[in-house]
Amino acid sequence: MGYTPELKELIKRVEQTRPKRLEMARKGENFPALSLEERAVVLEKFHPDYQKEGRRPVKTGPDKGLVLPEEVAMLLESRSMLRPEHVKLDKVDVDTDVLVIGAGGAGNSAALLAADAGCSVVMVTKLRHGDANTMMAEGGIQAAVHECDSPFYHYMDTIGGGHFTNQPDLVATLSHDAPLSINWLEGLGMMFNKHPDGRLVSRHFGGSSRKRMNSAGDMTGAEIMRVLRDEARSRSDQITTIEFTPAVELLIDEEGKCGGAILYNMETREFFICRAKATIIATGGNGRLHIKGFACTNHYGATMDGVVLCYRAGVGTTCMWSTQYHPTGVSYPEQNVGLLITEKVRGLGAHVLNVEGEQFCFPLEPRDVESAEIIKEALEVGKAVLTPTGRYGVWLDSPMIDMLHGEGTVRRELPAKFIQFERHGIDISKEPMLVYPTLHYQNGGIAIDGDCRTVIPGLYSAGECTGGVHGENRLMGNSLQDVITFGRRAGIVAAEYVKGGVEVKKLTMDHVVKYEKELADAGIESPVVAPILLPDYSTDEVANRRLLEVQGMLEAE
Amino acid sequence: MSQSESTPRKTQIATGDRAILPEGARTIPIFIMGKQYEVPETLTIMKAMEFAGFQFLRGAGCRGGICGACPTVYRMPNDYKIHFGLACQTVVEPNMYLAQIPFYPANRAVYKLEDLEARPDVINALYPELFRCVACNNCTKACPMNVDVLGYISALKQGDIERAAEISFDCIQCGMCASRCMGEIPQYHIAQLARRLYGKYIMPKAEHLQKRVDDINAGKYDEILTKLQKMPHEELEKLYKEREREPDLAPNGTWTPQDTQYL
Repeated sequence: MGYTPELKELIKRVEQTRPKRLEMARKGENFPALSLEERAVVLEKFHPDYQKEGRRPVKTGPDKGLVLPEEVAMLLESRSMLRPEHVKLDKVDVDTDVLVIGAGGAGNSAALLAADAGCSVVMVTKLRHGDANTMMAEGGIQAAVHECDSPFYHYMDTIGGGHFTNQPDLVATLSHDAPLSINWLEGLGMMFNKHPDGRLVSRHFGGSSRKRMNSAGDMTGAEIMRVLRDEARSRSDQITTIEFTPAVELLIDEEGKCGGAILYNMETREFFICRAKATIIATGGNGRLHIKGFACTNHYGATMDGVVLCYRAGVGTTCMWSTQYHPTGVSYPEQNVGLLITEKVRGLGAHVLNVEGEQFCFPLEPRDVESAEIIKEALEVGKAVLTPTGRYGVWLDSPMIDMLHGEGTVRRELPAKFIQFERHGIDISKEPMLVYPTLHYQNGGIAIDGDCRTVIPGLYSAGECTGGVHGENRLMGNSLQDVITFGRRAGIVAAEYVKGGVEVKKLTMDHVVKYEKELADAGIESPVVAPILLPDYSTDEVANRRLLEVQGMLEAE
Repeated sequence: MSQSESTPRKTQIATGDRAILPEGARTIPIFIMGKQYEVPETLTIMKAMEFAGFQFLRGAGCRGGICGACPTVYRMPNDYKIHFGLACQTVVEPNMYLAQIPFYPANRAVYKLEDLEARPDVINALYPELFRCVACNNCTKACPMNVDVLGYISALKQGDIERAAEISFDCIQCGMCASRCMGEIPQYHIAQLARRLYGKYIMPKAEHLQKRVDDINAGKYDEILTKLQKMPHEELEKLYKEREREPDLAPNGTWTPQDTQYL
């Protein structure tokens, strides 16, 4: 397959401008970056988050009145799949010290640290153990590990990249704990890229002042996930992992403490009551809501379940209006559309080019700015490439990487990406890639403090489902660090809480009854049933033929 | 391809994940577990199955070729060969007969990594079935990631943990190797152990990291991080703008900034 003859013609323009651009790169010269003021202008005009259309105030709950994307607001105004009056809460099926909801990077870190502290742990997940966005993170994990760097600069880069909208205590925790997280992962046997003397190989990324991106090939997240999963499996004496069984409702005891959750076996459609002294929500992001119809890079299960459960129980959100569009999602070939091209490609020196093969932006701006500049080049300047299926794309000049760093660098540094394109007949060490912004990350989420506490005693949260760490814009490599740092913290803090002596009193679903009354009072007549658990990609034709089936499945008798 | 010039005429920039069909797309027959469905060509197996009306519970994961949830076996007409691929990465072909294998049971040893040593006999003791390998190479043929599975199993038989770790690095643990193994070996679990032993005990330690960890635990950065949290916006922004940028081509650990007060 590969590129069509028409696209191959256009690639010639990229090749024409390349020698001069390589010369610049070798001299350390870059296309000029935008000033803070210029960034603000391009964001305001072209970033999807800044547009009014598709947003509205949420009508109920702790954040009532907050303007959010329609897709998010609708799920916050949802009702439970359970009818509280029919649920018997006095018979407990699963009893544990700590319940972890979600088994990705944050969930596994939390489970391991809680187990280290001597707690019994039940970890539930709606797909397989390890199915999470963590697995998909390619480029790396930030941590100030070199002498020229420090938590101070990690803090500065993170809060500046977030346009100073981040929650300061969370940024402080992140930059403080980051090297500890790397040290922990190294001790668990993770294969980091290292120099021969053991020094970590670290690179620049969008918005960095220091080289702080540590990695394991271009599958850093997959390597982290494999190692954490293997460790959790070896600790099965303390950690019980239950797959294909999400939590669908929190349980609050009569003193207002979180006392566990109702679990739902998606294969057998059975519900189970899980009582826990502490509960940690680590359910990940919301890319599969496809906000504004954008394609996404996320895992199949990224449907915002944890935010929905917490919101209904009275936990508000932070920065929930903000979504990250990754500047470089695949726009060709069609089979890979929406998939992520790691920022590392630009970190290694690949330029971003328009249809003429010209540079139009500094390749390593913060992600939202870079995305806005690419959208501007397509919509306003009109110099994007149009793919055979009518999608916009700009060139990402990956062949520069081998020319700058030596033959074989692409194959070695970007092995997964290389294979992914090779399958479709494109050798990215010789031909550039076509990219366009894609929905990537839930910036906002459940409101927590620096120790992962929510406003409900006994309820903690960590990872992508939380908000505030990244403010309105996340830097590359801070998401993997987020899941490890806050996952570990949540495990430690939840265990301390349990060890302090917790007695779970009578369990209730009163918060659900109360919230559904609020929905009715707000005039929301037929709220959607949530968490939705999985997206549905059937065609309308198919969906219309099985509407009754869908409704029947979601209703609890 | 009708247009590839810069000025868009008909533009579709936002599509979600439903299959977007190129204009005039043809449909082709495929056989999902033996049953025929008509699906548009050019789709991946995963998107084609969704087009046909399947909603995955098992058999879908990252949808980007890295999680190992969707291994699929298929045969083509008049071809004795059995083919392997990831449903999210493999494009449908006319008359392919396919079935997903979302799970395959395999024995996994339980161990405490900190109690182990990076020695071949440690691996052999946990996985004695390693030596049941007859070098038939079915494992490598079954790997959707083109990992040289036999290569790393052979390396382990020879006691070379480092080589096994490096060769197996792209493994996504889908289990197809184990499903085809005459010796009934759980290759991907053994590779995981080899990589962790290599990462923990054989790769050189990051000494600079240990020093940073000691400094952090001693509270070296507590004061500045507390100060930053309370710093007025203007001052923070000023400091942000004044940051020096580490030169692109400076090797790790060699550059010293002019301002060293925050290091």
